[in-house]
Amino acid sequence: MIRKPLRPLALVLEARSQGRNPAEIERENVRARHEQARDRSRLRAESRLLVLILAFLSLFVLVGVRMGTLSMSEPMEPQSAYTGPSIVAQRGNILDRKGRILATNLDTYSLYATPQDMVDPLMAAEGLAEIFPDLDQQDLTRWFTGERKFLWVKKKLSPEQKQAVHDLGEPGLKFGPRELRLYPNGRLAAHVLGGASFGREDVAAAEVVGVAGVEKTFDAFLRDPTYAGEALELTLDLTIQSAVEHVLRGGMTLMNAKGAAGILMDVNTGEIVSLVSLPDFDPNDRPAPPTQGNPADSPLFNRAVQGVYELGSTFKIFAAAQALELGLVQPDTMIDIRGPLKWGKYRITDFHNYGNELSVHDIIKKSSNIGSARLALEIGAERQRDFLTQLGFTEQTSVEMVEASGGRPKFPAKWEDISTITISYGHGISATPMHLAAAYATLTNGGYKVTPTLVKQDYIERGPRVISPETSRQLREMLRDVVREGTATFGDVQGYAVGGKTGTADKPIPTGGGYYEDRVIATFASVFPSHDPKYVLVVTLDEPELATEVEPKRTAGWTAVPVSAEIITRIAPLLGLRPEIEPAR
Amino acid sequence: MRLLLYFAIFGMVIAQGFWAYTENYETQKALNDAQKLQSQIAEARARLGVLNAEWAYLNRPERLHELVDMNFDRLQLLPLRPEQFGTVGEVPVKDPQSSDLPPALELSELEGSE
Repeated sequence: MIRKPLRPLALVLEARSQGRNPAEIERENVRARHEQARDRSRLRAESRLLVLILAFLSLFVLVGVRMGTLSMSEPMEPQSAYTGPSIVAQRGNILDRKGRILATNLDTYSLYATPQDMVDPLMAAEGLAEIFPDLDQQDLTRWFTGERKFLWVKKKLSPEQKQAVHDLGEPGLKFGPRELRLYPNGRLAAHVLGGASFGREDVAAAEVVGVAGVEKTFDAFLRDPTYAGEALELTLDLTIQSAVEHVLRGGMTLMNAKGAAGILMDVNTGEIVSLVSLPDFDPNDRPAPPTQGNPADSPLFNRAVQGVYELGSTFKIFAAAQALELGLVQPDTMIDIRGPLKWGKYRITDFHNYGNELSVHDIIKKSSNIGSARLALEIGAERQRDFLTQLGFTEQTSVEMVEASGGRPKFPAKWEDISTITISYGHGISATPMHLAAAYATLTNGGYKVTPTLVKQDYIERGPRVISPETSRQLREMLRDVVREGTATFGDVQGYAVGGKTGTADKPIPTGGGYYEDRVIATFASVFPSHDPKYVLVVTLDEPELATEVEPKRTAGWTAVPVSAEIITRIAPLLGLRPEIEPAR
Repeated sequence: MRLLLYFAIFGMVIAQGFWAYTENYETQKALNDAQKLQSQIAEARARLGVLNAEWAYLNRPERLHELVDMNFDRLQLLPLRPEQFGTVGEVPVKDPQSSDLPPALELSELEGSE
């Protein structure tokens, strides 16, 4: 850059010759130079400002545009993120304790029609009536040619049916994807599983909701996508369940019973290994609830957890247990059993005359009503009620099935002495077979309270102590002798030391006014092996009647007991129990 | 000198643009692959569900019962009975003295000699 001198010689000489002050020239030049410098720096500052403005403006525009696009764009699943092994929007499976499938899902289709899209409604109606014999061609024709714009034809299609409908080539017939709840084992464990049906429905999808059993109890869990289709594991064992059901069905037919229930429970944990109620149903095609008749006769009725029955002499063990536990008696204490026992206007008698006195042990063995009544009177009403409450007989069982809440025991509101007497031998109090199974487990497992459960858990905490281990042992010996030489001799299975108590209760007339003469509920509550209890089995037959030459046999000893023995023979090896020689007492 | 710098910068911009585009396309391809795999997994899962259901259906105790009855002549399968439990003592043990396996005929010979 060429610097212009502040005092150019030519101008200075010229000014001197004209008599002016040459310093003015210098000042003028300094001023000009300052002005130039000032202009330059302003320009630079202005351009910097401009750049800054542009930068901020573009940033704001960028943020604004991004916000705009975000607010206007459709929400999209992130594709790059790892979504794990589970984009499963399906209802969870239900498995048995060994992981075998009890309930699963199958993709299928529903069929719906939009008549306005139809090319040939008459042909479509004819074709559909041919594919689905249960549809009426005239109805279809009327619907397809009528005013309606939309109608469901079939809720579920099999793949073959879908293909057949597809082959009709009718554009007005459309398919909507559906998830079908499938119970591959059919009727097996139907009452436990319950069933499922469609909730809210749409063309593109439908909710599957549980309507009964564990399907309903655990509906929220099974549907919740956060559990990503995690399976629900039950304590049931498919093989055992099948064997129990098979034998029980045979026994029910043989004994001419109209219904039956069987419960197999782990004596220590309360896990239900098998739960059967007959007659049963197919949960794949769950029948509609009955609109007439007695709901307790419907196949949907779960006799094991809903059926509230007077369970008869099976209750005698509770009187004996409490009397022993309170120290009122010992197993060999003799009790006066002379009858009839008169209490107010009631007369208590025994089935047979057992003499003048029996030991507590023999009262259970021979099933003496009078003996139990005497024990109960010594215990007293209040203590009896407390004990039965401890055993769970005053409220519903906590089994994880919606039906369990329907099994509310019936007992007298005013627990008087006469109630105490009848309750001691199982009349005047009604409970479900599930109550009985849990109570027998509690009494025989060493005295810890058992809460029945259907859900497999890693660890089940032991309940509070109800009776002492010594009392529990004495009770097991009594129960064992009932089978060895008492009322349940048909129940002995070699190698498994079955112990149990029979109960035959007359059925009350539903219209009121006493009991039927010829209709009973026969129950056998058993525990095996009785020297080292593993399982409790309760078998209940509704109105059994074994025709013999002399007279029809109805007592549990002739009906429920042999069925139980057959069940134990079948399932004990399956449960991995090796037959053992009973240790000497 | 300055011109060279400009050219270098220009070249770098071009190269980076090219790199950015290839990266972009590769990402998109990877995303597409992932999506394809996801749908394949979903399909496989659905197939697995069907197969599991079919397996459970074919192994349902009712059907096995029927099969056992149908093939009784050939298989003679009966329910497991308590008597069928054995003890370890009942299992024939190899003689520790002999180094060879016992000849296959031995058992039938034993039976014949009885």
